[in-house]
Amino acid sequence: MDILAHLAGGFATSFEPLNLSLLVLGCTVGLFVGALPGLGSVNGVAILLPVTFFVPPTGAIIFLAAIYYGAMFGGAISSIMLGIPGASTAVATTFDGRPLAMKGEAHRALVAAAMASFVGGTISVVLFTLFAPPLAEFALKFGPAENFALMVVAFATFIGLSGDDIPKTILSILFGLILSAVGLDIISGQPRLIFFELPGFYKGISFIVLAIGIYGIGEILWTLDTNKGKVEIAQHRVGFRNVIAAVIELRSTWRTMGLCSLLGYFVGILPAAGATPGSLMAYGMAKSMSRNSKNYGKGEINGVVAPEAANNAASTGSMLPMLTLGIPGSPTTAILLGGMIIWGLEPGPLLFITNEEFIWGLISSLYSANLITLLINLAFIPLFIWVLRTPFAILAPVIFVLSLVGGYAPENSMHDVWLILIFGIAGYLLRKLNYPMAPAVLAIVLGPLAEKYFRQAMIISHGDPLTFVERPISAIFIAVAAVLICFPVYSALRSRQRASAQG
Amino acid sequence: MRRAELVTAVVFALLSVYLMWKSAELPVGWIPKKGPAGGAFPFWLSAGMLGCSVWIFVRALAGATPESRSQDPFMDQGTIKLLAMAGGSLLAALLIITWLGFYVAIPFLFVFWVRLVGKRSWATTLSLAVIVPVATFFFFEIGMRILLPKGITEPLFYPLYQAFL
Repeated sequence: MDILAHLAGGFATSFEPLNLSLLVLGCTVGLFVGALPGLGSVNGVAILLPVTFFVPPTGAIIFLAAIYYGAMFGGAISSIMLGIPGASTAVATTFDGRPLAMKGEAHRALVAAAMASFVGGTISVVLFTLFAPPLAEFALKFGPAENFALMVVAFATFIGLSGDDIPKTILSILFGLILSAVGLDIISGQPRLIFFELPGFYKGISFIVLAIGIYGIGEILWTLDTNKGKVEIAQHRVGFRNVIAAVIELRSTWRTMGLCSLLGYFVGILPAAGATPGSLMAYGMAKSMSRNSKNYGKGEINGVVAPEAANNAASTGSMLPMLTLGIPGSPTTAILLGGMIIWGLEPGPLLFITNEEFIWGLISSLYSANLITLLINLAFIPLFIWVLRTPFAILAPVIFVLSLVGGYAPENSMHDVWLILIFGIAGYLLRKLNYPMAPAVLAIVLGPLAEKYFRQAMIISHGDPLTFVERPISAIFIAVAAVLICFPVYSALRSRQRASAQG
Repeated sequence: MRRAELVTAVVFALLSVYLMWKSAELPVGWIPKKGPAGGAFPFWLSAGMLGCSVWIFVRALAGATPESRSQDPFMDQGTIKLLAMAGGSLLAALLIITWLGFYVAIPFLFVFWVRLVGKRSWATTLSLAVIVPVATFFFFEIGMRILLPKGITEPLFYPLYQAFL
């Protein structure tokens, strides 16, 4: 009852005219920032943070959190319509969202993404409100060893469950990890892998460079190749009825929505993980649990629902350690945390006592941010469909321009733009040979964290690698990873056995 | 396709060796009581990559993947032409950005694709070639405060900066 009273007070705060208009504005800005390739929630929040110094902290955090949320919805739009993830969190949404759009069923994918985002967001906010503290406490027992072991599970998921060629998957993971190691060594600070001594490599290679290269430039090359530049994207009309039908169709996906929301939420809480691995893991889980896992990657609606439910849930989850303990769960929440300090608040558990209005205003605004973004998103679906009607000769340069500008913007670096061109062409050629690209993107995001945790764990254990199996939670993760890696061997053996039994 | 599969595996093997050599600029060993040294992480990952390349090569030789059994050419004439067009226009755009800036490169890409490749009317081409850079300018430079490179055209923007920034 206590919680309900707090929530009611929070709603009273977040419905004040100023806060409500900031909320609507934030959701809209977030949708567009998220949809733009190269700019994700983190860029939007970082760039607009100075703007919020003109309003009180509660309004400011509501505005920025709404951008964060809107961007989670918005990322799916460009994943589906352009085949370019608007943000790394929407990488997994391209796997099935893009094929659906190419089949002329973009509205199904967009509605599924919006509804899944809404459900994921709402379930996670409820969990956030009710059961968050004990969960956070558990995740915070994790040391570097546990965090590293968790990353091993994420990679093992790809090897065990993706169904792609195994050596090519492993190679893709390793290559992504190596790319992530470029720059300054995290512990000694020494420069490493500075190819051809180019100064641009000192700051490392951002995941966005690889992602835009592969999913922006590479995607257009792929489309040019498969369509030979002639076939236009399917004409498709969508009316109010299509949207309703698409919503009704989603009844069959409630299980995926629920499970992936839970998974995303929990992964999001961990400071190590967040929305990107959460969405990729959710995709892997949904695929492996599905009876028609063969359809995944070809336009399965559950394949859109899973990552979208998970990434919204994870973004809520990542706010939890940020608010309760002052530890950000994602780059975006790290900026929010920095903002709170500038606004004169001290992050940590004390906030729940000293700044109730701030905390509960934010929590309640997450409920309404979900609903408002859903409504804006659904209302704009015809506009997004209109994007696809654009002839390819117009779409191609638009995507090229977005990729080049989006690649330049985060770091203000032409060096990154050149890398995007190289990755784009290389990614396209490798895709023709069935090298999976998603593991490399996951690896370049997780690489620096994985290395940091591994080396921290080694320093703590005085260089004893057995620490990963001696610590119980970490041992469980390692065991799970081992099972996942052995899974393809097991299933290959079984199918061979079955074949010989039948023969 | 089969040849491309084998060649790619060899290229990856060579790349792995280069990466191993490059990582070895830093110590790659195990520092007692501290764990891996600075270059160890990329070095051993590259070694793993080398292993995978060999694995892929052997599988390709044995014809274990669909690609290595395929007799289709990796790229036909049409694909090569399209790839050259896309790659060439992007390369030209990047060179233009470095020399004349984004606001010349963007119209260039539109004239190339919309007019020359897509054969649309000059009206469509020019309206896109004007609207997109203007929208880009207002969103990125004015809204997001990200200044895009302008090369030698930079002075032309001074009045715009004065008016809007």
